[in-house]
Amino acid sequence: MSTETQKARRPADNRVAPPSWLRRYGSQLGIIGVGIAMWLGFVLAAPAVFTNIDIYKAFAQTTPQFGIIALALTFVVITGEIDLSFPSIMALGTAAFCLLAQASVPWPLALLGAFVVGAICGWINGTLVARLNIPSLVITIGTSFLFRGLELVLMNGTGVPLTADKYPALHAIFREPVWGMPVQTLWMIAIGVALWLLLNRSRFGAHVFLVGDNPTSARLMGIDVVRVKTRAFTLVGVIAVLAGIMTSIYGYYFWPTTGDGFLLNTIASVFLGGTSVFGGTGSIVGSFVASYIIGAINAGIVSAGINAFYTQLCFGLVIVVSVVLQTIIERRIRRQSITGR
Amino acid sequence: MSQANNDGTASVPVIELRNVSKTFGEVRSLSEIDFKVHPGEIVGLLGDNGAGKSTLVKTVMGFHRPDSGGEVFFKGRRIDDWSVARARGLGIETVYQERALCEKQPIWRNMFMGRELRNTWGLLDVQRMRAECARLMSEHMGFTSAAVHPDNVVTTMSGGEKQGVAITRALYFDAELVILDEPTMGLSLTETKKTLDFVGNIKKAGKSAIFIDHNIFHVYPVVDRLYVLDRGKVAGVYDKSQITMDQLIERLYHVARTGSLH
Repeated sequence: MSTETQKARRPADNRVAPPSWLRRYGSQLGIIGVGIAMWLGFVLAAPAVFTNIDIYKAFAQTTPQFGIIALALTFVVITGEIDLSFPSIMALGTAAFCLLAQASVPWPLALLGAFVVGAICGWINGTLVARLNIPSLVITIGTSFLFRGLELVLMNGTGVPLTADKYPALHAIFREPVWGMPVQTLWMIAIGVALWLLLNRSRFGAHVFLVGDNPTSARLMGIDVVRVKTRAFTLVGVIAVLAGIMTSIYGYYFWPTTGDGFLLNTIASVFLGGTSVFGGTGSIVGSFVASYIIGAINAGIVSAGINAFYTQLCFGLVIVVSVVLQTIIERRIRRQSITGR
Repeated sequence: MSQANNDGTASVPVIELRNVSKTFGEVRSLSEIDFKVHPGEIVGLLGDNGAGKSTLVKTVMGFHRPDSGGEVFFKGRRIDDWSVARARGLGIETVYQERALCEKQPIWRNMFMGRELRNTWGLLDVQRMRAECARLMSEHMGFTSAAVHPDNVVTTMSGGEKQGVAITRALYFDAELVILDEPTMGLSLTETKKTLDFVGNIKKAGKSAIFIDHNIFHVYPVVDRLYVLDRGKVAGVYDKSQITMDQLIERLYHVARTGSLH
């Protein structure tokens, strides 16, 4: 009892207390909690499936296909913007790769070309948003059609087989397991670590937070808001192309519709991970864990033998419940009224 | 103590604006301003609301680009690609009227905004920034207890404490020229005194400052020279030796009524 009161004691003077661990990492702990709870739910619902390693291998292969984009998109969302065009960039970049490879450009150069295309697409988005001050929600819908349309015209609506005997190196890099570990998840971990460092330990990352928090203050203190936002969008462009290649190699085939169905999963991962839609706050760890939660729901429901029609219902429940909980916990921690008044 | 350059010719000004105008759409906020600050000089900037004081400050800082025809000189060199980053790089720091804080971020991030410390690998040295921030807070902001932590987000602080962050941030970096735009606004009596003492210390250290405040009783005692702005124009420039505070107050009333000093 005495330790209880000790803990609850307010500081003696009217100074604010140092932030508690909970306050600093609250949203990240929250999302990890949701992940564990959901996993326990799956284990209880279908123990035979969820004590077997195969199911984990399954979603460890598919989740990173959108998860790596969620990691990059976290930067854009922290700057207070959104990018809805990345599914089209996935397709356009991969199309560029296929066209270059068909023109017998060596695969590493073709890959590089694809990334350049992704970077250009992202740069266009960023420039339109940051330099011309166009709302990103509006303009990236536009560029989404633009990039998709360009890809469809270039490919004439046809796909390209990406078989293992034709592209052995790419399959080794993006498909074959390494020491039994799904290579996609290894990529996700590597990119996650790199982007965590970029966000939390680089000047660019620091400026991403500042620009999203208060662009005017950032500008007054000499931060180039336009450049920071443009770079964030460019990052999404490049990573989207990587995801496009990874997805196509996984399916042995480039479909002109590549990227369809990625939009909401990816965006949901970012928001589920605790990154604020208002900008200024967000976390790579959150987006990482949230991607796997979204990925696990997909794989889990089907493997558990539950009717696949339940997938979306389950998605909806998890997303709505955890975002509501996050908001409530956040307000509690900040000692604000729950309804924000 | 360094000598004030009363004649204005003895040394090259730290910063000089020549014929600077700034137009926003149809509104001309500054018109044909000539303005300079000598090394070791504290320059006061007086004028009513809307006289163009903040616009002038933001033009000096490179936040606003002057209309064509206006020139900015730093230590005698004409600078065409003036920007905030450039200005700060050359040692001009500002305490803005609007504080320019990012309130969802921890104090240390605000303290080092735009000037983050890095280690030998080029990564942010978060540890050092936290430690430096804690030191500055206890040495300069008067946070004696360990209760205020560099990781606290700025939203949780009081108005005076926020201003403390903005002021400490400008002073810490050993600037050549410090610009204070209404630094005492919203401060308590003791905080105000500390800020004014600070302005005095700038001069002792041989640095320059531009000091803007509504309160002429704050401005007059610490400055060497005074600019009076009115409706975007320089209405008058005075050495402190030429004018008493009473005369100055009388002229300011006169300017406010008639738009001219004579």
